[in-house]
This record gives sequence, C-alpha cells and structure tokens, in this order.
Amino acid sequence: MLRYLLIRGLYLIVTFWVIVTLVFFLLRLAPGGPFDGERRLPAEVEQNLLAAYDLDKPLPQQYLNYLQMLVQGDLGPSFKQKDFTVAELVSAGLPVSLGIGGAALILAVVAGIGLGTAAGLRSGSVTDLLVMGTTNLGLAVPAIVLAPLLALIFAVWLDLLPTGGIGSPAHYLLPAIALSLPFVAAIARLTRGSVAEVMTQPHVTTARAKGLPDARIIRRHILPIALLPVLSFLGPAAAALLTGSVVVEQVFELPGIGRYFVQAALNRDYTLVMGVAVVYAAFILGFNLLVDLCYARLDPRIRLFGNSPGL
Amino acid sequence: MMQHWIRQALLGSGVAKFCSGWLLLVVVAALAGPSVMPWDPAAVDWDALESPPDARHWLGTDMIGRDLLTRIMLGARISLSVAVVATLVSVLIGIPYGTLAGYLGGRVDQIMMRLVDTLYALPFILIVILLVVVFGRNSLLLFAALGAIFWLDIARIVRGQTLRIRESEFIGAARILGAGQTHILFRHLIPNVLSPAVVYATLTVPGVILAESFISFLGLGIQEPDTSWGVLIADGTANMESAPWALLFPASVLALTVWSLNMLGDRLRDQLDVQNKRV
Repeated sequence: MLRYLLIRGLYLIVTFWVIVTLVFFLLRLAPGGPFDGERRLPAEVEQNLLAAYDLDKPLPQQYLNYLQMLVQGDLGPSFKQKDFTVAELVSAGLPVSLGIGGAALILAVVAGIGLGTAAGLRSGSVTDLLVMGTTNLGLAVPAIVLAPLLALIFAVWLDLLPTGGIGSPAHYLLPAIALSLPFVAAIARLTRGSVAEVMTQPHVTTARAKGLPDARIIRRHILPIALLPVLSFLGPAAAALLTGSVVVEQVFELPGIGRYFVQAALNRDYTLVMGVAVVYAAFILGFNLLVDLCYARLDPRIRLFGNSPGL
Repeated sequence: MMQHWIRQALLGSGVAKFCSGWLLLVVVAALAGPSVMPWDPAAVDWDALESPPDARHWLGTDMIGRDLLTRIMLGARISLSVAVVATLVSVLIGIPYGTLAGYLGGRVDQIMMRLVDTLYALPFILIVILLVVVFGRNSLLLFAALGAIFWLDIARIVRGQTLRIRESEFIGAARILGAGQTHILFRHLIPNVLSPAVVYATLTVPGVILAESFISFLGLGIQEPDTSWGVLIADGTANMESAPWALLFPASVLALTVWSLNMLGDRLRDQLDVQNKRV
C-alpha cells in the first residue's frame, strides 16, 4: 500500500510538472506580450515594465524562477489587473467554478446511476428503450447548445429562473443542469450496460434463489460491482465538468475562473493563465488519485501490494 | 462492393437510414450548398434584417440580414472539414504509435502507454485554448493540433488489437518464412488493425466537431467572414431574445449531426465486434 502510494505520488508530481511546463512554454510561444496595447509604449517605459516583472530575462531563467515561486506556493502578481495577485483572483473565482462543477457532478452521478439502473434491471423494456433513446440525444447536446437553450426557455420565455450572475442557489441551477446533461447520459449508459451484465451472473441467481428481496439484491449484490466502471469514469468526468464550466460561465455571466482563463490567455496575462492552469491541474490530478484509491478499495481483485496491474 | 457488415451498420434499421441520410444531406450541403443558394453568405438583405423564417429566407436571417440557411451551409463546410483534418491527423499518429507499442511489447510498451495515460490526465480544454492562442488565425494548423490531442483513444484501441493479432498463426508463419520486422509491421499488422481504427475514428469525428464549436463559441476559433456552427450558435445566443430562430436552427443542426455520427459509430463498432467474434 505504501509503495503504491509512493509511486502514485511520484507520477502525480511528474504529471503536474508536465502540465506546468507545457502551459508555460505554449503561452510564451504565442505572439505578443502582456504590455502590447493599443498605443505603443515608449521604449524606456516598456523596458522598465518588463524588468519589473523579470520578463527581460532569458526564457529558461524565467521558467526556473516560476518553478521556484510555485514550489513556495506563490502564484505571483497578475500582469493585467495591477492591484491583485493571482492568488486573490483565483480564490475569488474558484468557489463559483467549483460550485457549478460540483453541483453538475452530483446531478450527473445521481440522475445517471438512477436512470441507468432502472434501464439495466429490465433491459428491453419500455423504460430501457426510453432511457437509451433520450440519453443518446443527451450525448449529442453539448453545453454550448444546452446552456443558451435553457436560458432562452426558462429565463427569457417562462421567466422562472434568473439568467445570469450569482447570489442565490437558483442562479446555479440552470448552469449546473446545462453542464451535467451529457454526463448524466454517459453515466446512465455506462451503468445500464454493466447492471445488465451483472444481472446475468451466477451470484445474482444464487441471491435470488435464496429468496432475498429485490431491493437487497440490487443494493448488495448488483450495484457494488456494476458501479465500478462508473467510478473509473468519474475521474475524467470531473475534469471535464470543472474545465467545461468555461462555457456556462460565459453564457450565464458567472464570475468563475474559467472566464479568467480565456480572458487572460487572450491578453497574455502570463501569471494568471499559469495560476488557473495550476489550480485546475491540482484539482483534476487530486480527484483522479481519489478515484483510483476508491476503486482499489471497492474491487477486491485489485491489490495495492506490489503486483497491481498497470504499474 | 461495400462489405456486408458495414452496410448492415449504416442502413440496417430505420434509425440508421435516417442518420445516414441526414449525414449525406449535410455533406452535400457543405460541398455544394453556399454556391447553389440564391444568397451570398456574406450578403446583407436590407429588407429583411433579423427576419423570422419565411418564403424568402427559409430559416430567417441573422441580426445583420444575412441568410441563415446559407450561413449554416457555410458553417457545415468548415465544421466538417475541420473534423476530417483533425481525425486524419489523429489516425496518422495513433495507428503507428499503437501498433509499435503493441508489437514491441514489454518495457517499451509500458513506457509508451504510460505516456498516453499521462496525457489523458491533462486538462484538455485548457490546452486547446492555449493552442488557439498560439496558432491564432491559422485554423488549419489549429485543427491539426486538435488531431494531435485526439490520437490517444485510437492509439489505445490499436495497441489492444495488435496485442491480439501478434500471437496469431499467420504472423508466426510470416516469421518462419523469414519476413523482417518492418515487413510484418507494415504488411501484416497495420492492415489488420485498420478497420477497428477507422471505426473508432468515426467516433472521433463528433468529438472534434464539438471541440471546434466549443472553441468558436468562446470567440477563439473561426473568425468572420468565415463561420462555423459554433460561431452561429454564439451569435444566436447573443440575440436569443429578439431572434430565437438564429439560435434554434444552428443548435439543432449541430445536435442532430453529432447524434447521427454517434449512432452510426456505435452501430459500426457493434457490427465489428460481431465480425471479430466470427473470425
């Protein structure tokens, strides 16, 4: 177990470093800089500005400086929003993005597993056909289609829910639904497939022959096995939900970190882009690790002692 | 002559026929559309600014009086060509990579697949946004770059397939006959992993279409006067209160196309599984 954790920790750090490096150099490849404005600055002023942010140093030097800062937990000052540090901006926007992403994740898991189980228990029934048909459509309706449509129907035409901004839980409802639908569909399909498969296994027949009530069979004998593939889907899904909130933040005018990222990338606010990427990467990698650990705990076939597959 | 299982997948049921028909329509519209339409996609009809659908403009016009149907066709041209370019790139990287990893096996395979796993963990959308900033207005390069991200799935599938085929008798026979590594790789392995790779590539196409629309929606992708479905949806969103049709039509076309591609991709994959079991 300890060995496994150590190896995983090592991979985590390496992946994190790959992300930081990739983002750093990609961003510097882009033409233009943070201080290219409408008007050209006088040469001396520009020189002083660059020097103030160490941008006049050679690139490898800047890279090492950034890594050193990062290790000490410092994300640096924002280049464009002069009075703020990146850490301040990120901590202002993060709760919004996490709120939407988290709500969408919960919605996707609850609705997806519910629908998928209902369909899988009676494969070929009307419920099954209905669930499979609608989820197929759900997969094809991404947030960029769904978010504006929901806003149009529920906020503009029916005037039931607020269109934008934050303030009350109701403000999070439409964005979370818009973001989660494709994931509800994906999880429902995954659950349906594996529930239908587990249903045919001998241990379920045995449980039934023993005369156990249906609810208990589902809860104790089917779902724990059938939900393993869903669990491993949650890692990438959480990543996609968190970063996918960029679109719904745009449509519903929510002040999350996704919007910062797009804005900052466009006006070359180097440190802000790096900061948001670092925070996203930390969340995604952390969540993936959590999922893997849960997986190992739930699936008795996976041993974390030495010979686990894929290491 | 189209193979039986492919025909079964594409035309085997009512839904499949509908999907194939719709995709055919979209492709024809993309190829021929803008030039056979009475309106120029950039022309402004001053008598019909933001007009709802009618006999003159079948799907209405946008806020500055451009014919929406013509613009959707123009958007189809760009959305589809982008998807094809990116998918081709992903196949061109994924097949050699997957075959090599599966064929060489052992330590090399482990390292190569570990790299794929690491790339999977990257926050994909962030990288795409950065690529857009780097490549800027050059959309061809941009979507080649997209393809360079989508190859991971193909590489995994192809590797799995290679592991399966590597042990077959005909490979052993080739080896006994004295065939070299490259000969086995190019003449025996790659031709046999092509069909699963192509089937999974059809499932890559909708992914790329969605990614492109996502980027264009954020205002980072295709620029005026060109357009794509994502751009049209973004424009429609900005004015949905006064002109809901400008949002509804492009959004439906995008969703229907992605749905059709998903359906046919799934059917192709299922048929391929049946095909593999039979062999």
